[in-house]
Amino acid sequence: MAKSQTWLYFSSPKTFYPLAGKLIPWFTALAIVLTVIGLYMGFFVAPTDYKQGDSYRIIFIHVAAAWMSMFIYAVMAGYAVIGLVWNVKLSEMMASSLAPTGAIFTFLALWTGALWGRPTWGAYWVWDARLTSELILLFLYIGYMALQSAIDDPRRASRASALLAIVGVINLPIIYFSVRWWNTLHQGASVSPEMAPKMAADMKTTMMVMVFAFWMYAIAIVLARVRTLILEREKNTAWVVELLEAKQ
Amino acid sequence: MSRPGVFDAFRAVVARDMTLAMRRKTDVLNALAFFIIAVTLFPLGVGPEIETLRAIAPGVIWVAALLAAMMSLGRIFSGDYEDGTLEQMLLGNFPVSIMVLGKVFAHWLLTGVPLVLLSPLLGMQLGLGEEALWVLIYTLLLGTPVLSLIGSVGAALTLGVRGGGVLISLLVLPLYVPILIFGAGAVEALGTPSGIQPYLSIQGAILALSVALTPMATAAALRISME
Repeated sequence: MAKSQTWLYFSSPKTFYPLAGKLIPWFTALAIVLTVIGLYMGFFVAPTDYKQGDSYRIIFIHVAAAWMSMFIYAVMAGYAVIGLVWNVKLSEMMASSLAPTGAIFTFLALWTGALWGRPTWGAYWVWDARLTSELILLFLYIGYMALQSAIDDPRRASRASALLAIVGVINLPIIYFSVRWWNTLHQGASVSPEMAPKMAADMKTTMMVMVFAFWMYAIAIVLARVRTLILEREKNTAWVVELLEAKQ
Repeated sequence: MSRPGVFDAFRAVVARDMTLAMRRKTDVLNALAFFIIAVTLFPLGVGPEIETLRAIAPGVIWVAALLAAMMSLGRIFSGDYEDGTLEQMLLGNFPVSIMVLGKVFAHWLLTGVPLVLLSPLLGMQLGLGEEALWVLIYTLLLGTPVLSLIGSVGAALTLGVRGGGVLISLLVLPLYVPILIFGAGAVEALGTPSGIQPYLSIQGAILALSVALTPMATAAALRISME
């Protein structure tokens, strides 16, 4: 088999389904181990911040979730492009499977941001540029999922929402910079978004561990979701019928 | 006789949509009535202090204009989708993006332009000065075409989808954020050191980008919806 065909081999739902099944336990295990290490370091190893006390410790989840929320949107748009341009069904399914995870990370980032903001800024919500664009990112995820679930034909749903994801990813930097502009002009002197703490080395390591933990979690859960999507959409193909018969 | 060119096709689409809208004026007038009523509700909710109203006026008028434009988005394609005209347009030998541009231009003439013309009246109601009213007109002139352009993508994606009206707002409103920020921001920037120039420039840049990119996206969305 030529080299270019080897990696295309797994772009078919039929071959990807068992591969994903084999990979899920590994990523799940990595996610659990890294989360335990990350949380332990976050609670016991990382030093108490001299300014914010212990309340800062939530950023180990907050920052990792915020990174993942943006990263997943980009990956989703990437799959959407592949799905639309080369008409790869599996890519469309991957994009659909990523959306709920991305939305959950976005929500988590907002939620933990509010919990961090209360002791640090004195308010659960401030119209900080990053918080505001994160909120708009959540709206983009919601729009994507709403469009997908509103269209009955699964192929049309995937393709329409893929296009929306591409439009969204082009708009995201514009939205981010306009929100930042808006924020710097309207900013009162009371709240400064640049109050992020100078990080000790332990804090940085902990944060990286948590990012990788979330990353592994995202891969595991997306693979699990794409497996159910494959079964759902390919239910009329011979291999799925055989698979289900073999299970019974 | 020479064969009709791309520009003839564009003109024909605009003329057709304008004629259709003129035969049934209520759709156009409803959006305008919504605009006026929505802005009028704010003083009733916030209170009649003219200082407060003046401070929120640009934002209120911009948000109301944005919602009014959004509510009429369904009209761009739905009629032609239902009677099959849209299918013929996609099958025809002119670029779909030109057709889209024509339909969007007609939508702007029918909602954007009247909104711009009405805005000084509402601005005065909220206590804006003469200079601020002019800036409001400029920003709306630059911004309302963007509302129609970006909106056309949402309209094309939600064609024939149940609950399309609410859905389109979910898709389109987050994408309206930049143009809203710079539109309302320009009026507020009046008299500050930065002046209004950077705001208008950025709005112009967003408009140029939307004119170049959204017709293609809308054309692709139409093809997906018509499959």
